[in-house]
Amino acid sequence: MTDAPAPATPPSFVGPLADKDRIFTNVHGFQDWGIDAAMKRGDWDNTKALLALGQDAIIDIIKASNLRGRGGAGFPTGMKWSFMPKESKDGRPSFLVINADESEPGSCKDREIIRHDPHKLIEGALVAGFAMRARAAYIYIRGEFIYEAKVLFAAVEQAYAKGFLGKNACGSGYDFDVFVHRGAGAYICGEETAQIESLEGKKGQPRLKPPFPAGAGLYGCPTTVNNVESIAVSPTILRRGAAWFNGFGREGNRGTKLFQISGHVNKPCVVEESMSIPFKELIDRHCGGIRGGWDNLLAVIPGGSSVPLVPAAQIMDAPMDFDGLKALGSGLGTAAVIVMDKSTDIVRAISRLSYFYKHESCGQCTPCREGTGWMWRVMERLRTGEADISEIDMLQEVTKQVEGHTICALGDAAAWPIQGLIRHFRPEIERRIVEAKGGAGTMMEAAE
Amino acid sequence: MPKLTVDGVEIEVPAGATVLQACELAGKEIPRFCYHERLSIAGNCRMCLVEVAPGPPKPQASCALPAAEGQTIRTDTPMVKKAREGVMEFLLINHPLDCPICDQGGECDLQDQSVAYGKGRSRFDENKRAVTDKYMGPIVKTTMTRCIQCTRCVRFAEEVAGVPEIGAIYRGENMQITTYLEHAAKSELSGNVVDLCPVGALTSKPYAFEARPWELKKTFSIDVMDALGTNIRLDSRGRQVLRVLPRVNDDVNEEWASDKTRHHVDGLVRRRLDKPYVRQNGKLVEASWDEAFAAIAKVAKSAKGSVAAVAGDMLDCETMYAARELVTSLGGTMLEGRQTGLAYDVSSLAAVNFNSTIAGIETADVILLVGTNLRWEAPLVNTRVRKAVKKGAKVFAVGPTFDLTYAVTALGNDASLLGKLPQDVLDAFAGAKRPTMIVGGGVLAKEGAHGATLALVETLGLIKDGWNGYNVLHFAAARMGGLMLGYATDGGIKAIAAAKPKLLLSLGADEVDYTAFGDSFTVYIGHHGDTGAHNADVVLPGASYAEKPGTYVNLEGRVQRAEKAVFPPGDAREDWAILRALSQVLGKTLPFDSFEALQAKMFADVPALASEGLVHYPWSAPKLSAKPTGELGSPIKDFYLTNSICRASPTMQRCSAELLHGEEFAEAAE
Repeated sequence: MTDAPAPATPPSFVGPLADKDRIFTNVHGFQDWGIDAAMKRGDWDNTKALLALGQDAIIDIIKASNLRGRGGAGFPTGMKWSFMPKESKDGRPSFLVINADESEPGSCKDREIIRHDPHKLIEGALVAGFAMRARAAYIYIRGEFIYEAKVLFAAVEQAYAKGFLGKNACGSGYDFDVFVHRGAGAYICGEETAQIESLEGKKGQPRLKPPFPAGAGLYGCPTTVNNVESIAVSPTILRRGAAWFNGFGREGNRGTKLFQISGHVNKPCVVEESMSIPFKELIDRHCGGIRGGWDNLLAVIPGGSSVPLVPAAQIMDAPMDFDGLKALGSGLGTAAVIVMDKSTDIVRAISRLSYFYKHESCGQCTPCREGTGWMWRVMERLRTGEADISEIDMLQEVTKQVEGHTICALGDAAAWPIQGLIRHFRPEIERRIVEAKGGAGTMMEAAE
Repeated sequence: MPKLTVDGVEIEVPAGATVLQACELAGKEIPRFCYHERLSIAGNCRMCLVEVAPGPPKPQASCALPAAEGQTIRTDTPMVKKAREGVMEFLLINHPLDCPICDQGGECDLQDQSVAYGKGRSRFDENKRAVTDKYMGPIVKTTMTRCIQCTRCVRFAEEVAGVPEIGAIYRGENMQITTYLEHAAKSELSGNVVDLCPVGALTSKPYAFEARPWELKKTFSIDVMDALGTNIRLDSRGRQVLRVLPRVNDDVNEEWASDKTRHHVDGLVRRRLDKPYVRQNGKLVEASWDEAFAAIAKVAKSAKGSVAAVAGDMLDCETMYAARELVTSLGGTMLEGRQTGLAYDVSSLAAVNFNSTIAGIETADVILLVGTNLRWEAPLVNTRVRKAVKKGAKVFAVGPTFDLTYAVTALGNDASLLGKLPQDVLDAFAGAKRPTMIVGGGVLAKEGAHGATLALVETLGLIKDGWNGYNVLHFAAARMGGLMLGYATDGGIKAIAAAKPKLLLSLGADEVDYTAFGDSFTVYIGHHGDTGAHNADVVLPGASYAEKPGTYVNLEGRVQRAEKAVFPPGDAREDWAILRALSQVLGKTLPFDSFEALQAKMFADVPALASEGLVHYPWSAPKLSAKPTGELGSPIKDFYLTNSICRASPTMQRCSAELLHGEEFAEAAE
């Protein structure tokens, strides 16, 4: 589908990841999340020295580490930070917004980070905020994360108490604040401009771009919105160096990544692994294999609900990274791997996702507002077979009318799972329709 | 000035233009629903998609995309056609197919654009969404199932009207537009959302099911409800004006109109005078024109020059001119238009004019409001001030406080403040590039206040190179024309009453206190059975503004002409014709036999009225007493009932009762 990844330099390391190379050392919560335990694990260790590197040097290291945004789109993080103004020409401050509105079905990495390793995030907020010359960071946490919000509030307080945040943060001479803001439970508020609107107290609806947030974002000031994981890994990258981070994964897909494997595996888990680890190895090593054996695998949604599914045969040896999954017509997304075995009603599964997007569409722009409901209703009929074969093509066309015509990417996200289903499971959909009509070959006679 | 190509045509567009504007400049029609020139950009309907290179390989919303140097824009490719068809299909899947019973039919953007850009058939097999209707007050009728969520009404209410009372609730396909808690939208501009609505979701309640647009005769006219001179179009069928719509005039009303302008029309067919009446034994009795004229002639003979004319607020210049000529020919000199007793100095018309012009207000940076409720006296001047405030203007006010929809620093209601403004106000004016003062009706009614504001012209430096920031705000449509025609007597109407004229011509004057004219023989020439007719000895049925052509001068001295939309009812005649016929009976035949001849004579006498556009009044400030004390009042007690047409209008009565007096009206259950 797209160009294959270029040959690797340095050589690709595709796992398994050694314990010494893990960034999230407490992601499973075996130790305390509090600041003292976190400091024993190396967080807040001479952060002043990291800041002393200077703003441009930090951005250069992140750029050199080839860190790509962990929120799903995979935009190079260092480059994103470098879009922020170096100085304020009109007195407007800059802001960092950290997107912890993790609502994508399948994703649960930010939740684990905040629960068990919140200081990685808060230290990252300071480092990243400093690098982009931000006055403050706003952490927008999903409304349903009640325990996590409690932890985060407490962790921020701990950091203030130690003098790591606030005036003269970490003794660096830089003033930096971190605010935690709880959302009200709308998926769309995970979209960066909708999140900014929501932070400002308005209805969470995406803004038109341009202007981009780096020019006019939160309260009209330059703003960068980053995922929790992108921010949380940055202090470790600075400590261990860009070369170390580059030692994992393939060219263009460097680093380590939190994979969240759910569904029909024997041991679902959240685990940090090297990028580009082959799917089979990821499942065998950490999840105890597929329920019922590898032959029982039907399909995988490799990056959270919004990416197209990949059938078993294609995913088996695929490298789990941005480019590898893109080549399969899917995407890494947030690395929320949803595994489905042959007991799955695949049409129903995708129909449920369609319902999710219909429910979460903000209603601002026409194709998404009207299209998501239409697609879900057709999907429901395809599920039961009460449809016509021609409606499959019609549905495909409707998804194409939504995709790429909307203000934000929710329209795309609603369209892709359906497109993936039709691409790979069209015979299954057709079978249901034929069966519902009374089986193959039967023709209805007109009543007279 | 970026240069770009639209469908192969290279054009240069102004900096800051959008791609949509660039396409329009290149002569390409871009379909749209949410985009509106005078509102902020929402970009949510997705109808204006075009192909833009360089850019992502997908269609772009042209309304929100800045035009840039070297862009190649295509509006005619298969991708664009497909995108438009797709969006149109989406808009229609949940839109009811009730065009035959929809008032928007025939002037519906959705209808027109689906014919032009739609696919012609639907593939949507599911049930359509239904939405409960919302209550939005006495002016706006809602059928929310038809809503396509373009949010024009939301943006208008928030940005132009300044009443953020309309919004969207819920999300996705459940999104609904509503007024919060379903209260009536309390704005004197609410009717504009009906024009803005591209579909039939918001339609006019008083006009519901009255007519189809293709049945209507359209006549260009000028509004007389206030002194702004809103450019309007009268839509009439047969002998009845059915609705009023604003015309675009960026110098005057942009494309808005107040609710009073729009909805007084049902008053035009109620309480009308359609026959002459003569008072006999204390009662008005129907009479023929001859009898009525004879009764007047009897009095006129013995009047010996003791003749006065009082002009109403809604008169055209031609009527006032004809009446002036008649009074003069009878030897009279008493002319007055300020019915309520105002007697301000008119030796310099510039000193009672809105000098900075209506559009000019937008550029003001410091504004002092003196004794005015702008929202009621001239709602569309208020929107201009609001625009200036949005650009950063500071507003101070002396006088009673009102909610003007923007931040005002109230200095207190004490006329003596004009002589000793606080230092911070003086400082603000000292640093202003476009200092402005707006003087309202409360000042003109206050002894010495007019002089005090004129004295401030120098203190505040209101007059600069190319800028005159001294503005008097009138609210009678006939005022400036009347002043130009000499309808002002020293001492005002009190002086006329004191002179006890034998014959009083009341030209639609319904705000006069007639008890002061008990000894005068009063002839009322007008269109509504209101105060004037009740107190008249002879009533001659005249024409309302919609029933005669005429010239009007608005508060900034802009000469505008209106056309005749319908005929006056019954025996009623155009006012000038009545005066001409009367003059013949009185033996002083006026020298014109047609409206054109009258106009020609008037133009010869008052050349300023001959050409449309702003009249220049050379600036001079008369020296007047400038020691006002006490509180400033507000001359308008009820926005919706300021003249005889409004008072006869059920819609205006209902607006007044509901929006100003808090009465509740039960809606019929369906």
